[in-house]
Amino acid sequence: MSSPANPGGEPGPGVRRRAEDLAPRRSDKSPWNWLLLLPIALPLLVPLYNRAEPELFGWPFFYWVQLTFVLVGVLTTSLVFRAHQRGKKG
Amino acid sequence: MEGINTVELAVFTAFFVIVTALGFGAARWRRADNLMHLDEWGLGGRSFGTWITWFLIGGDIYTAYTFVAVPALVFGAGAAGFFAVPYTVVVYPLIFLVVIRLWSVSHVRGFVTPADFVRSRFDSPTLALLVAITGIVATMPYIALQLVGIEAVLKTMGVTGELPIIVAFLILAVYTYSSGLRAPALIAFVKDILIYLTIIVAVIVIPTKLGGWDVIFGAAEEKFDLAGTGGLLLPGTGQVQYATLALGSALALFLYPHSITGVLAAKGRGTLQKNMSLLPIYSLALGFIALLGYMAIAAGTQPVDGDGNTIVPALFQQMFPSWFAGVAFAAVGIGALVPAAIMSIAAANLFTRNIYKEYLRKDATPTQEAKVAKLASLAVKVGAVAAIIFIDPQFSIDLQLIGGAIILQTLPSVGIGLYTRWMHRGALIAGWTAGMLTALWALYSVQRVGPGGVVVREHFGGSAFSLGKLGFDTTTTVYAGFVALLVNLLVTVVATFVLRAMKVDDGVDGTADTDYTAEREDPSVRDLPDPLASAPGRTAASVGEEPERG
Repeated sequence: MSSPANPGGEPGPGVRRRAEDLAPRRSDKSPWNWLLLLPIALPLLVPLYNRAEPELFGWPFFYWVQLTFVLVGVLTTSLVFRAHQRGKKG
Repeated sequence: MEGINTVELAVFTAFFVIVTALGFGAARWRRADNLMHLDEWGLGGRSFGTWITWFLIGGDIYTAYTFVAVPALVFGAGAAGFFAVPYTVVVYPLIFLVVIRLWSVSHVRGFVTPADFVRSRFDSPTLALLVAITGIVATMPYIALQLVGIEAVLKTMGVTGELPIIVAFLILAVYTYSSGLRAPALIAFVKDILIYLTIIVAVIVIPTKLGGWDVIFGAAEEKFDLAGTGGLLLPGTGQVQYATLALGSALALFLYPHSITGVLAAKGRGTLQKNMSLLPIYSLALGFIALLGYMAIAAGTQPVDGDGNTIVPALFQQMFPSWFAGVAFAAVGIGALVPAAIMSIAAANLFTRNIYKEYLRKDATPTQEAKVAKLASLAVKVGAVAAIIFIDPQFSIDLQLIGGAIILQTLPSVGIGLYTRWMHRGALIAGWTAGMLTALWALYSVQRVGPGGVVVREHFGGSAFSLGKLGFDTTTTVYAGFVALLVNLLVTVVATFVLRAMKVDDGVDGTADTDYTAEREDPSVRDLPDPLASAPGRTAASVGEEPERG
């Protein structure tokens, strides 16, 4: 922490310049990030999956498809994570 | 006492004793130089790696209340209760992109709480105070609800009276006091092993006993058809509610101070990002946990004393041999302790940093700060126990409902603030106020309708706000917190234009653009032990040039 006598660690203008010298300029923007829209948007499009058919192992569509959304989330975040790691090294 | 299941109680108690020993031992685990420092006590030294972070954040999100209340909701209402699954799908990509910036800026600037960030970013102690108070108010009933989870388990075992809960929380209070965030991180490990064990056994054993999944879903459908409320699918008017509740809860989750505490304690951005692809494993488990509600329907399980929250413990008791039911109950009970500990630490941090130091005692030393934080965490827990004992638990549930909606009102300052400082600090205060009032009004207006269309509760009957109340010709419902957030954003934007046009001063940004993407390896990123004692070059800058405050 910057200074316990200073909640919020509010620095003066001088410190601000210093910090900029210290932290390298980089961006967390990446075209890969768009992939993350998928697990955000899919679960919100309720009318698309609010149905019983097709069933899977006795589960109505509504239930099993939402569990596959979990897998979509895992897949996309892992992909984007790897892309970020590669970007850092390259 | 009669009616106590001694085997269950013995197993439950044994696990509780093990966990207590772990809690006290945690102070010695991964010890840094000085536990009497707020960062050390409240953020565990900010050095938790991938696995510990996984357990810690998992313990934050999937609480005892989740295990008990989500299936209870599915048991009573059907599909609508399943929202917990999309909610925990949506939340991780959001953290992956957004909350990670909070990790970076906090580690460069030494923020411990979301209010610290807001104070520095928008140069406004008032806005920070509002964020801190919102956080504390939203967290308190959440802690109380963890007790509701323990209570449900105790009731099922036949243990009645308030004494067991008081004892459980006293123990929790004492070991959080001595070990800080390390205690819940270590205990979360035990909790998760028990939870996963219980779930795996439950989804194999119970459907087999009941005759398969189609029998389970069939029984549920029959029940809902008969009752005339709820159903295996959402009604047409409930779809917007389902989506907005999932999105709103996901946005709210990472504004809760206890989640932020869990996030900030991680070692680095990579640790967090890796976790966002690992944490959904919990969501899969949650999907199965939710369906325990349908299994209870198929098994003909009846809640104990008509208390809906006991449905899952009652199902376990019916389906499992006593010793394994005891293990499952321990999982729920310990599942209550982990988040309760983190929540009380987070609330205590907010009080200490943003109220005590800001307004009561500006020259407090780190040791004094840590002492106050510890006392505050005790006070928070005593308050939660008192709330359960003296006030109707329903009141805590109402407050929790309100808590989710009001914490969402800090989204513009804490969440959007991570990307832009375009919003004027005065506008953010105005937006917060408008959002707050809307949230309270909207929730107040929600009635709960029972079977046959009878109004069971006049106010605070749920979170589904009917759009008809705004004059729209529809019966569609929307999550009340979401409506309030829209009002909040609208007011913030309009007020920003007005204040900018009037050229009202909007302070100095205490952070730099590069702070938000800082990595652990960067020289600007501070790790603990606290740099106050070492690295004189860097700390001199922030201490020596400390501007006047007040």
